[in-house]
Amino acid sequence: MTQMTPGFADRVLDAQASFRAILEAMSRPGRVQCIEARLSPPAPLCTAAAAALLALADADTPLWHDAGEAAADWLRFHCGAPITGIIKDARFVLACGAAPSLDAPDIGTDEDPQLGATLILQVAGLVAGEGWRLTGPGIQHEHRLRVLGAPADFVAAWARNQALFPRGVDVLLCAGDNIAALPRSVMMAEG
Amino acid sequence: MTEAGYNFAYLDEATKRMIRRAILKAVAIPGHQIPFGAREMPLPYGWGTGGIQVTASILGPQDVLKVIDQGADDTTNAVSIRRFFTRVAGIATTDATGEASIIQTRHRIPEKPLTENQILVYQVPQPEPLFKLEPHRAETRRIHALADYGLMHVRLYEDIARLGHIAKAYDYPVMVNERYLMSPSPIPAFDNPKMHQMAALQLFGAGREKRIYAVPPYTPVRSLDFEDHPFRPIRAPHACAICGSRTSYLDELITNDAGGRAFICSDTDYCQERQEAPKAAAE
Repeated sequence: MTQMTPGFADRVLDAQASFRAILEAMSRPGRVQCIEARLSPPAPLCTAAAAALLALADADTPLWHDAGEAAADWLRFHCGAPITGIIKDARFVLACGAAPSLDAPDIGTDEDPQLGATLILQVAGLVAGEGWRLTGPGIQHEHRLRVLGAPADFVAAWARNQALFPRGVDVLLCAGDNIAALPRSVMMAEG
Repeated sequence: MTEAGYNFAYLDEATKRMIRRAILKAVAIPGHQIPFGAREMPLPYGWGTGGIQVTASILGPQDVLKVIDQGADDTTNAVSIRRFFTRVAGIATTDATGEASIIQTRHRIPEKPLTENQILVYQVPQPEPLFKLEPHRAETRRIHALADYGLMHVRLYEDIARLGHIAKAYDYPVMVNERYLMSPSPIPAFDNPKMHQMAALQLFGAGREKRIYAVPPYTPVRSLDFEDHPFRPIRAPHACAICGSRTSYLDELITNDAGGRAFICSDTDYCQERQEAPKAAAE
């Protein structure tokens, strides 16, 4: 049995710094933020996705994932989040491999749209300033974001998610220690 | 130096995570009120418990905090909240709007335009803009779900029918991103236009009512009005008695028993900066 790697070195301040990076990403969709916390999560988890879950997930937030046993043990130990096999029950959905369809998780209700899940997608890379054209709240004119290894037909899937507003899922895109967000309010066009 | 025996920024980590999740959903759904488990704070409801919990959840050691109460940095509420965070988080505080990274406010927006590097946290007594028209939460939740805001237009129309104009001077209802009707908290209607397309993130916390909501940066915020009765920000038609500003929001002071009155800037930092500017230019 291999030894489990540690979580945040400083569970208070690393969680705060990671949250602020996520808040900044969510407030300004398409801008790429850097998670500064040093983590060595088990493969296939990347630093940004691991930090997001350490900062936000706990016993109150069921987690669905496709990251395998080692990552599940690590997340169960450090976050205390119950792991669920039913994607609709999850508050956080972590996809390291093929991303689930955007309407697979809980999308909330018209009265309680905040129950819509947060989807954490691990991708190959995030490049700001080119690619998709993003508009909407948080964006003055237009932000551009290229996502390397984005799910196929993501722009069309996003349009369907966006049309559900205020229901829908919010997406955190993670690559290495980089993170960008797509809140459900943002509109996306091919670049 | 922080007070021993407290977690950084007073709240425990599980509470912060719960509030942080609420804040992220609030940003994703601009203007929608998110319920959260507000904690008992070491000050009474009505003194900014919601704003303090939001500030405590976002605050880090590098932040510089400014707290204003009706525009002033030196009133009881503002001073005690600043001292609270100095003691439990050991962070730096400031009076200068331009130097702050987080500004917690009770009922004003600073005169100086905010930047992308700042976050404005509002203390909110009543987050539900329809509360005085429809006291049942179950009903207002449905109204928000359907975006059926005719009731509020009727309320404003009744003012016009009776008084000839919309007589709401503060807590003037706004539409956020053309979807959710939102209470801007009891800021003067004069401040409403500053919320529109603001560069800074705006977060709202209501402690007693246990709601958090948000307006992301660069988001359209429209004060409700009618084509023939357009929204008009109101300010007293005077100049500040100290700095002479004709554009800032003014407080009226009673100066004696004989009806004497004076008007001064409500934003004390703005007024101070204007008083010092001519001096600096002269030197």
